[in-house]
Amino acid sequence: MTEKPKTDVTLDARGLQCPLPILKAKKQIKTMEMGQVLEVLSSDPGSKEDFPRWCNRTGNELLGVFEEDGCNHYFIKKQA
Amino acid sequence: MAETKKMAIVVHSGTLDKAYPPLMLASAGGASDMEVDIFFTFWGLNLLKKNGLKKTKLPGIMRPFTGMMKRKIKKVGIASLPELLKLTLETENVRFYACTATMDLMNIKKEDLIPEVTGYMGAAGFLDIAADCDIQLFI
Repeated sequence: MTEKPKTDVTLDARGLQCPLPILKAKKQIKTMEMGQVLEVLSSDPGSKEDFPRWCNRTGNELLGVFEEDGCNHYFIKKQA
Repeated sequence: MAETKKMAIVVHSGTLDKAYPPLMLASAGGASDMEVDIFFTFWGLNLLKKNGLKKTKLPGIMRPFTGMMKRKIKKVGIASLPELLKLTLETENVRFYACTATMDLMNIKKEDLIPEVTGYMGAAGFLDIAADCDIQLFI
């Protein structure tokens, strides 16, 4: 994927360490509608491994990961 | 979606270094749609006392460096223990059990513990829960 997906909600988790980016993402996605896209900004290096596995575990879809402004942007489509 | 997984954790130490891993794992598990049960026994039960998490110290000769460690924890963006507890509870997938033998041994009353304690039980009770779990940890 080269183009960034359209985002419904953005969560800025920069500067937070494990497991906070995941905890905040879960809290946020709970409030969203099915099919909406959450963009999470995370500077935690562990997130690279955590978000794909977390999405798989919880049944949500990771649309893509983009590196920008010194952090990673995770695009997660709510599917569960 | 993967089937619901279950995790059981026994916490038997009340020091700062041993309080973090169970709460980090339990909160992450809860946020990953896992069902998590934690049994607090011996010194671990001190963590369930009101303000117990706030009072945690590093163990042994490292104790004087507790303040320094807590400042470093904050600086690098790791949640404080009370904040982690709050987020753990917010997942609604994590339950806390107090060891009744420890309560007798250390003269701890129900009203000394935080109200979020789910239940009170002994070893056999918690083993019954742990026996049906996919992940079992002793910390």
